[in-house]
Amino acid sequence: MTDHSVQIKDLDLHFGAVKVLQNLNLDIHDGEFLVLLGSSGCGKSTLLNCIAGLLEPTDGQIFIKGQNVTWKEPSERGIGMVFQSYALYPQMTVEGNLSFGLKNARVPKDEIKRRVDRAAEILQIEPLLKRKPGALSGGQRQRVAIGRALVRDVDVFLFDEPLSNLDAKLRADLRVELKRLHHQLKNTMIYVTHDQVEAMTLANRIAIMKGGLIMQLDTPDVIYNRPVNKYVADFIGSPSMNFIEGTLERGTFRAGEFTMRMQGYDFAAGSAQDGPAIAGIRPEHIVTGELAANMPATMQVKAELVEPMGSDTLIWSRVNDEPFRIRMDGHLPVEEGEILNIGIDPARVSLFDTSTEERL
Amino acid sequence: MADIGTLNTMKAAEDPVRGQLDGPRGARPKRNLSRRNIMLYGVLIVVAIYYLLPLYVMIVTSLKTMPEIRLGNVFSLPKDITFQPWVKAWAEACTGVNCDGLSRGFWNSVRILIPSVILSISIACVSGYALSKWKFKGSEVFFTLLLVGAFIPYQVMLYPVVIILRDVGTFLTDIWQGTCGFFTSAEGSCRGRVQLFGSLSGLVIVHSIFGMPILVLLFRNYFASIPEELFKAARVDGAGFWQILFRIMLPMSLPILVVAIILQVTGIWNDFLFGVVYTRAEQYPMTVQLNNIVNSVQGTKEYNVNMAATLLTGLVPLAIYFVSGKLFVRGIAAGAVKG
Ligand SMILES: Nc1ncnc2c1ncn2[C@@H]1O[C@H](COP(=O)(O)OP(=O)(O)O)[C@@H](O)[C@H]1O
Ligand SMILES: [Mg+2]
Repeated sequence: MTDHSVQIKDLDLHFGAVKVLQNLNLDIHDGEFLVLLGSSGCGKSTLLNCIAGLLEPTDGQIFIKGQNVTWKEPSERGIGMVFQSYALYPQMTVEGNLSFGLKNARVPKDEIKRRVDRAAEILQIEPLLKRKPGALSGGQRQRVAIGRALVRDVDVFLFDEPLSNLDAKLRADLRVELKRLHHQLKNTMIYVTHDQVEAMTLANRIAIMKGGLIMQLDTPDVIYNRPVNKYVADFIGSPSMNFIEGTLERGTFRAGEFTMRMQGYDFAAGSAQDGPAIAGIRPEHIVTGELAANMPATMQVKAELVEPMGSDTLIWSRVNDEPFRIRMDGHLPVEEGEILNIGIDPARVSLFDTSTEERL
Repeated sequence: MADIGTLNTMKAAEDPVRGQLDGPRGARPKRNLSRRNIMLYGVLIVVAIYYLLPLYVMIVTSLKTMPEIRLGNVFSLPKDITFQPWVKAWAEACTGVNCDGLSRGFWNSVRILIPSVILSISIACVSGYALSKWKFKGSEVFFTLLLVGAFIPYQVMLYPVVIILRDVGTFLTDIWQGTCGFFTSAEGSCRGRVQLFGSLSGLVIVHSIFGMPILVLLFRNYFASIPEELFKAARVDGAGFWQILFRIMLPMSLPILVVAIILQVTGIWNDFLFGVVYTRAEQYPMTVQLNNIVNSVQGTKEYNVNMAATLLTGLVPLAIYFVSGKLFVRGIAAGAVKG
């Protein structure tokens, strides 16, 4: 009847006097990969646990596949969950881990075997079935944990920072595998992380959370290019966005000697266009070298510190006494102390109101 | 000859390197007889002797005949070993009431020990699990009260418990005699009384209750250290209260079960006070029986029998330490604690 897979309505959750989630609303489409992204302690896991039924909400409702599951047990909700610490049952073999939930649900033996074999094949853990979790590597353990959700043939997968305990290389590998898995299964997946790379690469939509509230819910592209407020703009992107405080007057942004005519900038409807404002400029959107002179807005900055990273080079500078970062091609030679001509395209800038920090 | 010349220059060039090669290399050798080790082992040996000497005297004395003991040389080895004192201590020694030795007390103790250990550990295990993983309103208060209970001296509760056991016994008897007519019509089958005070079952209940605070604490803390996510995963997998306990938690709990068993077996076996207060003469546990043999005033003091009786009484806790200590270590080594 609906293409909504998970709906959260007016959800409140308090731990005593601490209000962790407040009046939270969220609609997740069928087959969507939704990432909950936010810094540590902002209530991501709490929200996920509410969806799973592991925490009782103080108020509000949760629907899965159009059914009100607010009072249902975790096992009755059609969800599977993968945890950061893997949470494998240490005294059972991999096979035992995979089939535990099915045995509890009294699934017939041959059906259990069929599903375990299928999950093991998808995740390539067939040779490990007879081992105990203690004899597996971190990546293998996490695969088994995913398999445990897989065998239950659920509609919704919940992931709580599943890759955070792995080393960088393995994390990148497993990330790709997760994406592949999503293409293959087409289930709804809700994925909690504080890692923006994971969020940007995996998500159909990202929900940025702060203090129990969803700041912005949109596609990675919009979140990156049109952040709704300064917090989101600052949170997404690495190295993070440069902010220059100034004023906006009749379509021109001024900060000290720097002026920028905001031609091509897509102002939010109804936003005040004059007054104090902050311009957010992504380090990777700054043009250097000969092309800089062709840009609508230009500036001269001194390279104080140069951090070569191989593929590109990060330059630390200073504008109006605030740190200013520029990311440029790794091939171009830059000396520390050199004066650089830089150019900025106003269409790729984000303007924020100084007092509300909302996007203009 | 020119060759030798070049060789020499090469050798000279290598010399500084050679000096480094001759220096310290690999693990630094440890001196066994360092001052620290001498102190350590010295203290350990003295302490060991201090504790083992009385044991030695007991064993030696229990194997001597009375005439030899009267010679007065406590530390000497027995001239002709006799096992008669052990036999007498087990089967023939007299207390004030009867003359069947420690064997009666041994079996009484066993009859007290097994149900008490099973009952107390089962209840404490489930309670600790519920208190750590299924927190309910007031569970913290409940736990605090239980802890306070651990600090009240037993002696304070001796007499109140006598009254409680007696009255609860009477109460249960009344219920039984009032309702048993519904279940059976056979003549006289409803005369039975429920006796808690002065019976083994009463003592079992007392032991279980008094073991509760420390055991619940033990289990609660152990279960609390098992990651929350494991518990959550099991709930998502549709396991309930008992399934999580039996399928997930208990298989990980061998070490703590062994600790609880050691605590309870030695505690209950060594108990004297409850045994002498809450049971009657024919049900006295081994410790009380031992006391009655050693302290009986009739005839001469048979030191060899007393020593043998004491050793016999201590045998069970000793065996438990030896057997389960090994299990304990193996449990940890097998990774039962960490997943
Ligand atoms: N059982 C609890 N009791 C009280 N506060 C809690 C409890 N669990 C979490 N919190 C608080 O709720 C907030 C959100 O926690 P969590 O959802 O785990 O954050 P994260 O986004 O890092 O997953 C944190 O500030 C945390 O201190
Ligand atoms: Mg978390």
